[in-house]
Amino acid sequence: MERIPILKVGEFLLVSIQVDMHDRLAMSLQDDLTAKLVATRAKGVLIDISSLDMVDSFIGRMLGHMAAMAGALGAKAVVVGMQPAVAITIVELGMALTEVRTALNVDKGMALLQSLVAKSCSMDNHDCHEK
Amino acid sequence: MTIATSHRIADILTRHEQPILEAWLREQLVALSARQDLISEADLRRQSAEFLALFTSACRSGNITDITAPEWKQSCSNLGNVSRSRATQGFSPSETATFVFSLKQPFFSRLRQELGGDAAGLAEEMWNATVLLDKLGLYTTEVHQKAREEVIKLQQAEMLELSTPVVKLWDGIIALPLIGTLDSGRTNIMMENLLQSIVDTGSDIAIVDITGVPTVDTLVAQYLLKMVAAARLMGAECIICGIRPQIAQTMVHLGVEFGNVVTKASLADALAYAFRQIGCTVSKQTSRS
Amino acid sequence: MTATKSRTMPLDSCEEIVHLRQTTRSWMAEQRFTLVEQTKMMTATSELARNAVVYGGGGSAKLELLEGSGRMGIRVVVEDQGPGIADIGQAMTDHFTSGQGMGLGLGGAKRLVDDFEIRSEPGKGTVVSITKWK
Repeated sequence: MERIPILKVGEFLLVSIQVDMHDRLAMSLQDDLTAKLVATRAKGVLIDISSLDMVDSFIGRMLGHMAAMAGALGAKAVVVGMQPAVAITIVELGMALTEVRTALNVDKGMALLQSLVAKSCSMDNHDCHEK
Repeated sequence: MTIATSHRIADILTRHEQPILEAWLREQLVALSARQDLISEADLRRQSAEFLALFTSACRSGNITDITAPEWKQSCSNLGNVSRSRATQGFSPSETATFVFSLKQPFFSRLRQELGGDAAGLAEEMWNATVLLDKLGLYTTEVHQKAREEVIKLQQAEMLELSTPVVKLWDGIIALPLIGTLDSGRTNIMMENLLQSIVDTGSDIAIVDITGVPTVDTLVAQYLLKMVAAARLMGAECIICGIRPQIAQTMVHLGVEFGNVVTKASLADALAYAFRQIGCTVSKQTSRS
Repeated sequence: MTATKSRTMPLDSCEEIVHLRQTTRSWMAEQRFTLVEQTKMMTATSELARNAVVYGGGGSAKLELLEGSGRMGIRVVVEDQGPGIADIGQAMTDHFTSGQGMGLGLGGAKRLVDDFEIRSEPGKGTVVSITKWK
């Protein structure tokens, strides 16, 4: 079955959604992501949606869920690369996605993740520098 | 019956094409004497000769009543081109229609010369020719109007583009100065322009300056909030500034709220905030050497 | 108003939702609708198609290219034979949902298009038609 690859980049995971999402694919992505977060103990997830040409309420909800799941597993999530037309449509649709952090591109997303992780490390120092 | 008459018209046109053309050109030059700035005599002669040739060959087909028929396709498209070019050159609809109507006089006098002895035949041909030329004249007006509408649409689109300029203030900071009343058509284009510029310039901060917006009611506030929400989804922060004292008052009276959106009184305040956000400091040089 | 082009597509699986919205987009791209218009229509189509597949137990969609009185448009009619909707007014509000959705489906789709029509009969099914004009 077709799956969306999840790459490990340093202490972060990178999910790049390149295909038009259908519902089953979205469900399996959530399974894969949570499993990989636990297995790699990654500190953050970058979800690149620059190739997505639409985000409906289902995919929007999936993005929200992925961010919340990452949060529950002690990681930060950032969605990057949303296209202008997609952003306008989501707002008109009535979804705010306020729970999802965003950045313009992968570079800026990476920098944001780093600063978020550094901030949370300084707050609880003990479980961060264990390597 | 119709066939016989149409042959008479076609026959007369074919035999006297050159003198009819000359007389027609004289008519037009008189009618358009005030518009010599818009079209040269040579162009007018070329257009007239082309159309008259097509008109004659269409008449020869035998159909002189239905100009939507395939026999008339070439004449109509030629006439359409003439009308369109005149519409863009700035001719009025009646000046454009004159192109066809001025053919009546030379054409009719030729008919009179040829059919003078046959009163009934002459009356019939005159009627046929009048109906035909009227149809073609109205057709030019229709095309002229459509062409004008296209010009207007194009200008409107251009104006919309011009009225929403996005400017880069600094690396990572862009601004959209808004001037004039905001309606849904304008805000849609604005929003698209702003968001696309955010992508193109890789800016983290977009400042929307509403100093030039006369009123901010709930609808306008809604547009602005949508713009802020869409920018945030893409990963950029949108600041609204230029809220004049009266606007701040009416906003409160109308119950307009900007919620969590950062708003500043002036563009300078917004820029200072933006600099802080991207980690830039502005300082005055203490001494000049 | 006449349909110059039309196509009926089945809607029984989530892959067919993707196929429908991609076809909608390519038809609109051919007619030179703007990117934002394409995205809005495609998103609205996706919402309705998902409703039909998930809550309506599957159905069909008809895509039509419309032309008349000087304008041009695209229409998508999504039909299912599912349980239907008893209170359409309530179903249109933003936070109403009978399933696991966010409840933006119908109300959201309506905001994304120019014309929106819905007919539903409990026990018989639902027909929703959306149109975007150029």
